[in-house]
Amino acid sequence: MTTQPVRFYQVGSFAVGNRLLDDDGRTVQSDPNRTNSLDSGHRACQGCGEALGARYALDAAMRASQGRLVAVNATGCLEVFSTPYPETSWRIPWLHSLFGNAPAVATGVAAAMKAKGRPDVRVVAQAGDGGTVDIGFGCLSGMFERNDDVLFICYDNEAYMNTGVQRSGATPPAARTATTEAIGSVAGNPFGQGKDLPRIAMAHDVPYVATATVADLHDLEEKVERAMQVHGARYLHILVPCPLGWGSASSDTIRVARLAKETGLFPVFEAVDGKVTGVSPIRHRTPVEEYLSIQGRYAHLFGEHPRTDIISRIQAMADRNIATYGLLAEALADTDPKGVDV
Amino acid sequence: MERPFAITLDVGSSHANRTGSWRVERPIYVDRLPPCNDACPAGEDIQRWLYQAEPGDYEKAWRQLVEDNPFPAVMGRICYHPCETSCNRAQLDEAVGINAVERFLGDHAIERGWSLPAAGPDSGKRVLVVGAGPAGLSATYHLKRLGHSVSLVDSAPKLGGMMRYGIPAYRLPRAVLDAEIARIVALGVDVVLDRTVEDIRRERDEGGFDAVFLAVGAQLGRRVDIPAGDSSRILDAVSLLHQVADDDPPMLGRRVVVYGGGDTALDAARTARRLGATDAVIVYRRNRERMPAHGDELEEALDEGITVRWLSTVNRFEHDRLVLEKMRLDDEGFPQPTGEFEELGADSLVLALGQDTDLSLIDEAPNVAVDDGVVEVLPTMMTGESGVFAGGDAVPSPRTATVAIGHGKRAARGISAFLSGEELVVPVRHELASFDRINTWYYSDAPRTERPELERVRRQSTFDEVVEGLTEENALFEARRCLSCGNCFECDNCFGVCPDNAVIKLGPSQRYEFDYDFCKGCGICVTECPCGAIDMIPEQI
Amino acid sequence: MLRQIEGSRAVAETVALCRPEVVCAYPISPQTHIIEAIGAMVASGALAPCEFINVESEFAAMSVSIGASAAGARAYTATASQGLLFMIEAVYNAAGLGLPIVMTLANRAIGAPINIWNDHSDAMAVRDSGWIQLFAETNQEAADLHVQAFRLAEELSLPVMVCMDGFILTHAVERVDLPEQPQVDAYLPPYEPRQVLEPDDPVSIGAMVGPEAFEEVRYLAHLRQLDALERIPAMATEFEEVFGRPSGALVSPYRTEDAEIVVIALGSVLGTIKDAVDARREAGDRVGVLGITAFRPFPSDAVREALSRARSVVVVEKAFSIGFGGVLSTDVAMATHDTGCTLRTIVCGLGGRPITRRSLEEAFAAAAQDELDSLTFLDLDHEIVERERTRMTTTRRSGPSAENILRDIGTVASRMD
Repeated sequence: MTTQPVRFYQVGSFAVGNRLLDDDGRTVQSDPNRTNSLDSGHRACQGCGEALGARYALDAAMRASQGRLVAVNATGCLEVFSTPYPETSWRIPWLHSLFGNAPAVATGVAAAMKAKGRPDVRVVAQAGDGGTVDIGFGCLSGMFERNDDVLFICYDNEAYMNTGVQRSGATPPAARTATTEAIGSVAGNPFGQGKDLPRIAMAHDVPYVATATVADLHDLEEKVERAMQVHGARYLHILVPCPLGWGSASSDTIRVARLAKETGLFPVFEAVDGKVTGVSPIRHRTPVEEYLSIQGRYAHLFGEHPRTDIISRIQAMADRNIATYGLLAEALADTDPKGVDV
Repeated sequence: MERPFAITLDVGSSHANRTGSWRVERPIYVDRLPPCNDACPAGEDIQRWLYQAEPGDYEKAWRQLVEDNPFPAVMGRICYHPCETSCNRAQLDEAVGINAVERFLGDHAIERGWSLPAAGPDSGKRVLVVGAGPAGLSATYHLKRLGHSVSLVDSAPKLGGMMRYGIPAYRLPRAVLDAEIARIVALGVDVVLDRTVEDIRRERDEGGFDAVFLAVGAQLGRRVDIPAGDSSRILDAVSLLHQVADDDPPMLGRRVVVYGGGDTALDAARTARRLGATDAVIVYRRNRERMPAHGDELEEALDEGITVRWLSTVNRFEHDRLVLEKMRLDDEGFPQPTGEFEELGADSLVLALGQDTDLSLIDEAPNVAVDDGVVEVLPTMMTGESGVFAGGDAVPSPRTATVAIGHGKRAARGISAFLSGEELVVPVRHELASFDRINTWYYSDAPRTERPELERVRRQSTFDEVVEGLTEENALFEARRCLSCGNCFECDNCFGVCPDNAVIKLGPSQRYEFDYDFCKGCGICVTECPCGAIDMIPEQI
Repeated sequence: MLRQIEGSRAVAETVALCRPEVVCAYPISPQTHIIEAIGAMVASGALAPCEFINVESEFAAMSVSIGASAAGARAYTATASQGLLFMIEAVYNAAGLGLPIVMTLANRAIGAPINIWNDHSDAMAVRDSGWIQLFAETNQEAADLHVQAFRLAEELSLPVMVCMDGFILTHAVERVDLPEQPQVDAYLPPYEPRQVLEPDDPVSIGAMVGPEAFEEVRYLAHLRQLDALERIPAMATEFEEVFGRPSGALVSPYRTEDAEIVVIALGSVLGTIKDAVDARREAGDRVGVLGITAFRPFPSDAVREALSRARSVVVVEKAFSIGFGGVLSTDVAMATHDTGCTLRTIVCGLGGRPITRRSLEEAFAAAAQDELDSLTFLDLDHEIVERERTRMTTTRRSGPSAENILRDIGTVASRMD
């Protein structure tokens, strides 16, 4: 790995833009001519992480495809808040079919473009965690297995938010949802459940898999860009906090996402052909309490009778991730250049 | 393309849904007062000139700086940088090297021969400035810009006041001082040197001046009675430094003791070293924590081999021997005699016990009130006598050149208002941009660049400048460490983080605007603004 | 061109001539030969440009078709029975979005109990979905209806399913006159979508529609299906002009001009019915047959017209609404309630039970004598039913009656205890 001297640019590439950076060092979002794939007037809650993630990802995809893009959306918050008749907030070609079939519908769109001799028109399929890891799982696996030319993006807010915050296969342990309440000794969602979709995607040996959060825009856009350079089945898993469902302040959305990464609970990495090829290192390692304590869905772990046992288990999960993926910068020096077998 | 009813919708149709109606509070852009600006005695808009310097627009930055302070190259060497002390970045890693950048800009301007902004259109008014130290020169500069004629009088043969005669050349090279003074004079100032004003009223009336600014400084070294033998050589620090500046240094011998704990004491000790003293010892009655001298200066002095006798007073000077009494601090921090004595060999004793102002020139101006040896003034810098203003060491103040420069600016404005018969309008100070408003995540990890220093050997034998300036690369790096507290520096964060695309980017240097038709008031912009330039205020419902 | 060809194959080759651009399917008996044949044609390049996709479920199959059609490609798929139910969400979705997908439904019974043989329960399960449903009587008709289906679908922006009886038609080798490519091209222009996913003209397709507009959307879809009642006969006329043989139309009457009793049915059973009717005619009964080709939209006027001189209608159907009665019968009843005709239902062929000419003749004879029950399950084995009913009243524990019946019949498993 070659190193490059970094010229100091005040906020460097941490901020969305930077007047001291050349245009190509700034994000797509800093460009006043960005597509605004998801435009104003949608009905997302104040501070919605998914609305942010969707615009981030799709604007980047639109740039990467020079505006030749079609989006297929599963049922869920993103679809509902963006297209209530008579208003749509989408500025790009967009199709909503059902809850569980976004990957398959996208396959169809991609096939159509290929049959019509228009391989320049790229296809993105997007769904929430429910539409990806649960009801959409069958279609997703089929799309992966066939290596259809679709970039699938999962906006993970860790529950079925649109229907009232019910547990999904992506809900983390100890989180309170409407179907995993914290009552008595039951402390929310059980440990030992849940699907690790990025690893499942990798197990399908698809060309590109990556995770990202809305707190690191540069990283997210680079991953979209990299994904769009490739053809075949690609998977992007973006953590998008939901102030309503997570019980966090609407102004904290990005901060919560940042903490998810900095604690190690949400590893940010990318994988090519089934092997991890890079991680986004933790900048300031943070104990999980800082992340958990600002979310109402974990409120039952604190207070008069804190569940330190559960918090320890969650910390252990974070520590395991840090070790497994090598998330601390020092560990990177030892990374096998051929990739880490996860 | 046909749009099947209700199933298919057109781009842009969501704009009919003005989600701004959801708000209970709204974000607004604010400009808060950065602590550096707040702390600068000269009233510089430090954040603003750093902002100009960051992309490499040095001339723009310099011109912003000299709006308030015409002495950046001097400041960059002698200012005690309260800006750095208050810099928010210190709570992140280390303070921004503002002083070093100011010096760089000052030196750069001199190199490039940039001129100060021209004098303003002639107002027809004439102002007498007595004393050409930092206060007097600063007032002269600002008065010229406001279009007034200025007559600048000083009793010394050269302009500069304490900057020339009190601060040694190894801290402030003469060439630098001369260049920055010359620029002011070049605006068209009537300079009168070697002239001591004895009666201010007479001077004013005979000269036909419409206003007067007294900037006579505090040039009398305070003396105390120390029992001493006839051959004991005692002199005061102010005189010592003045003579050195006049190129006429006194003989001090090899062992020099300096009595006092201020910056002047350090200057005297370090000067003594350079004049050939093998031992330069400072005797100070309290301890290090209580020493008024600035920490940087003390470090440099200690580096040069100056030693300090803490908690000691001079009892008497016998021939070539000083008798010191040890002190201890009482509960209130005052030194109390212990009755223990010790001896210290010395060839000369330099007293650096403070300075007094020669106010004989206002003896015939009884309206000018004096208290505790300094002239009392209003916030406009006017004394009790109408049209007579004062500033610098001659009025109550922390006695630094920067403070004096600030007084000069304020006095010029006060004088200008007085001359036009108007009330002086003081701009409202914005609320402070405190550190808790900073989102530190967004700032790159960047430790402070330290200025290189001359090697010790050279420092001890020459008056060459001890502290060197930063290279352009380093100065730029340092400027870019600025957090821009409370002032938008166009990082595009708000533009990027709004989930509702409700921030409008107006263009380079034009910042942003909120689209209140769609802003839902979530507050992410406030949280993610690195410098805290956005506030939430309640919505009128 | 005349060919001696399996029904599935005839359909496959005809569909290929219609130039579909995206074909996908999940295998299910008895549709497999259709899809396999098309897959081979794509692989050989005989059908190009076409993307052939092996999907992981029927739900995916219809979903892929939805995506392809919305992107402006001509999309085709095929399924049956369980597969149709597995994709039912997407079936409704396709109709709701107005996408002109054509699907072959190889009619097969719906379980439990699992049964791979023919009846019409699958088609009936989606009759309210908004799809146009056409029933083929012969393999010739099956092939020809697909050509008309694509044109109809694309003109009206509605999906069309062509129903053909599983095994009976799909796996039967018959003489079929397959169309030629120039004929199909003359009849079926390229697909021009009324709405499409196009980067140069973006739209959002699939909005959420609330109470304020949903009724209108449904009504508009209904009106479009009613438009089909005029388009189908017109297209049939055009078909004859281009291909030289009659095909399509809403209904196909047989000896109804002077019939007192009209037998109504869907699909291949019409052949047997016509033979039975010929026999009854010999015996002096004035019986006629009305085959319904377009089941959705339901051709009420055409049915009424055919029954204008009849006094009785006998509906022979391969579907049944448990707890109520015949399905086709209900539609016919609704269409003819004020004609004064009596209505009799004969349910037969469920789960692939052979429908014999003799049984039908007996039933028609009874009908002519007004001795046919209002609801008859043809060739029902009453003994088995009685035994099972008795068992249910005497034994407290319930259980799947199928297993019990199998034991009665004497399958292998029953000999184990």
